Amino acid sequence: MKKEKFEPFNISDNNFEQCVKCTLCTVYCPVLEVNPDYPGPKQAGPDGERMRLKNPGFYDESLKLCLNCKRCEVACPSGVKIGDIIQAANIKYSKKGPSLRDMILANTDLVGTLASTFAPVVNSVVTIKPVRRVLDSVLKIDHHRIFPKYSGERFETWFRKHAAAKQRDFNNHVSYFHGCYVNYNFPQLGKALIKIMNAAGYGVHLLEKEKCCGVALIANGLIKQATWQARSNVKAFKKSIVEKGMPVISTSSTCIFTIRDEYPHLLGVENKEIRDESELATRFLFRLIDSGKLKLIFKEDYKKRIAYHTACHMEKLGWSIYSTSLLQMIPGVKLVQLESLCCGIAGTYGFKKEKYNTSQGVGQPLFDQINNADVDFVATDCETCKWQIEMSTAKKVENPISILAEALDVEATMELWQE
Amino acid sequence: MKFDNIIIGGGLSGLTCGIKLAEQGRKCAIVSSGQSAIHFFSGSFDLLNWVSGQVVENPLEGMGSLPDTHPYKRVGLENVACLAEEALLLLDRAGLDFSGQANQNHFVLTPMGTMKPTWLTLGDFTCFSQKETFPWKQAVILNFTGFVDFHTLFIKDGLAKFDVNVQIKNIAMEVFEAIRRNPSEMRSTNIAKKFDKGTVIEEFAQKVNELGEGAEVVILPAVFGLFNKSVAAELKAKINKPVLLIPVIPPSVPGIRSQILLRQRFQELGGTYLLGDNVEEGTFENNRLLDIKTKNHGDIKLKAEQFILTSGSFYSKGIVAAPNKIYDPIFGLDIDGDTDRAQWFDEKIFNDQPYMYYGVKTDKHFRALMSGEPIGNLYVAGSVLGGANALKEGSGAGICLLSSLHVAAQILK
Repeated sequence: MKKEKFEPFNISDNNFEQCVKCTLCTVYCPVLEVNPDYPGPKQAGPDGERMRLKNPGFYDESLKLCLNCKRCEVACPSGVKIGDIIQAANIKYSKKGPSLRDMILANTDLVGTLASTFAPVVNSVVTIKPVRRVLDSVLKIDHHRIFPKYSGERFETWFRKHAAAKQRDFNNHVSYFHGCYVNYNFPQLGKALIKIMNAAGYGVHLLEKEKCCGVALIANGLIKQATWQARSNVKAFKKSIVEKGMPVISTSSTCIFTIRDEYPHLLGVENKEIRDESELATRFLFRLIDSGKLKLIFKEDYKKRIAYHTACHMEKLGWSIYSTSLLQMIPGVKLVQLESLCCGIAGTYGFKKEKYNTSQGVGQPLFDQINNADVDFVATDCETCKWQIEMSTAKKVENPISILAEALDVEATMELWQE
Repeated sequence: MKFDNIIIGGGLSGLTCGIKLAEQGRKCAIVSSGQSAIHFFSGSFDLLNWVSGQVVENPLEGMGSLPDTHPYKRVGLENVACLAEEALLLLDRAGLDFSGQANQNHFVLTPMGTMKPTWLTLGDFTCFSQKETFPWKQAVILNFTGFVDFHTLFIKDGLAKFDVNVQIKNIAMEVFEAIRRNPSEMRSTNIAKKFDKGTVIEEFAQKVNELGEGAEVVILPAVFGLFNKSVAAELKAKINKPVLLIPVIPPSVPGIRSQILLRQRFQELGGTYLLGDNVEEGTFENNRLLDIKTKNHGDIKLKAEQFILTSGSFYSKGIVAAPNKIYDPIFGLDIDGDTDRAQWFDEKIFNDQPYMYYGVKTDKHFRALMSGEPIGNLYVAGSVLGGANALKEGSGAGICLLSSLHVAAQILK
């Protein structure tokens, strides 16, 4: 029963040679349809790579119109890492450095620290029209864009004050990579995760040193800084996973996707030792339930109609089934699975004036779907999808973890394993 | 993760199998390594078009002369007619409007301007009852300016043999100019997306009516209705004479629409479609497959009572040729094919190529063999089965549909 395998030796890391020119990627590229200035995944990816290898002069700045949604890779029947080829080309060949605006948008840690310190002021100032006009004309941040609100108390601060001490009471332990969004904008999501994990019998801990995953730095060409942060994160993950035997879970699909796949593929940061045990909280919970080690009990009176939106990086990870399976375990939930389409924001992309129209154009079919869906709200695992959908449709958006936490009967769930 | 049935491969076979099983209440998952070959669909499904180079009029009869190793013979000629009827109904339930009969091939006009026999044809296209004549004498072929995937001269030359007077004209519209700025992206699907929005149809139909004056029939590339399935019919209703749609170079717009409708039908029945994932290996015990491991799900193995391998042939990497061996890259199943590379090819490329007959070896119940022993719950269907040269016979879709339905019936027994 030994399986035979033949590996050709002449395939490069990003395997553009395996493209058979079938053009399927172009069908599913959300940008191509709304912005013809983008050459499309086939031309920008494997076709262009051949040219660039001969002469870097064939690189074109229009490759930066790629959202890095990876839907081309999901569609590709030949397994070509089309999105990686395009991002790697931007890293390797682009001569246009990041602007001041790009640096501000990309430095989520630094900006988050400042903004959350002055949260009440920042939150109201960025809603003032003249301020947004100035941001638009000076920084080229589109004035239509609504900024995410900053939280006055950071998640880390709250955790140390109110939650850290009691995490030692549990027999099982995990580390939590909360990401910038939970820390600076939406600590409620982190609190919801702790509620669920504690109910499941797991103590939750912060990593020794968490840095922003760097996805926005990569997208904005700040590669040195991204690589430095990636190395620091891999080190922190190793400490938790390898030294302490504590898996790392996250509530952000993009953070976890970046750490698992973009670190080695785009930054050349090796993560083999930590990759398998770095995952989304919904996958971690699903595994426990699937293997009979955990049962979650939900409140009888939680009744909602929810539409699930598959964020692009969830589509690439193939993990939306974990989130939807968990949501379907709540007796009172009626889940509507939306057709998987890109929302268009792609992190910082949709904030940029020159890309705003493309961003909204890409998202329109999804917005129409959501506006026509007869649901109470939308669920998705990605925070920037949440901003985009809440800004562009009439519906609110929740992370599956927030929904599970609200519907969970904590006492009943805890009783099951405490017995 | 536990299912009743797991299907490996998300193309025509996998979806047919999945829909059939899900219709009977089975909890199914399909794992697909990317989008499937249905994206290259010409608009017609063939059952059996040629035997020994001769056109087959009645495929059911024609099957009699096939060798016993052929998938149709292995399905059993007594079952074929019934399965063919079932396939048409299954497609219909998915919202795909096909017409045709298993005991009487009809003909379609090809992109080369010739008549080709076939079994089932999608409603977009026109069926002809015979291949010697063409019903019209004056035709106009209309193409989009700058669209290079529609070869009008081939069609014109082909139709000249039917004594048809053909004019070729181009249609330019502002809405398509934006796509043309990027010549490599002036493709069928990008044109189709403009029509999907519904706003272009009126103006386009008007232009067609103007340019088509004097002709009895209008020939257009089949680029209508990608995500919006009513476009082709709406357009035809607005054009004042018969419209013939001709397939273009892939990606195929009717093909992608078909794939989406089949996938949606499967999902509406409760099926789980895992796209962009690869099955890496399986756990076997006592000649049974217990679970499979995939790239995306890693240590969370996918378990099922029965598995169906519909991973396609060489093109879809269901089987792979290395310098000196042919193998199944997922499980290492037995291969029905020559081990001597020298026997794989006929040096004349248009001859009946031996490698076309290679596939995964099965027992008579279509269960895969491993080291000569059948795996009790691993079935094989579609192009990954050996025993046929689908290209020479014009039998590819028929084998996929019929073998999948047959295997599903074995599982449901």
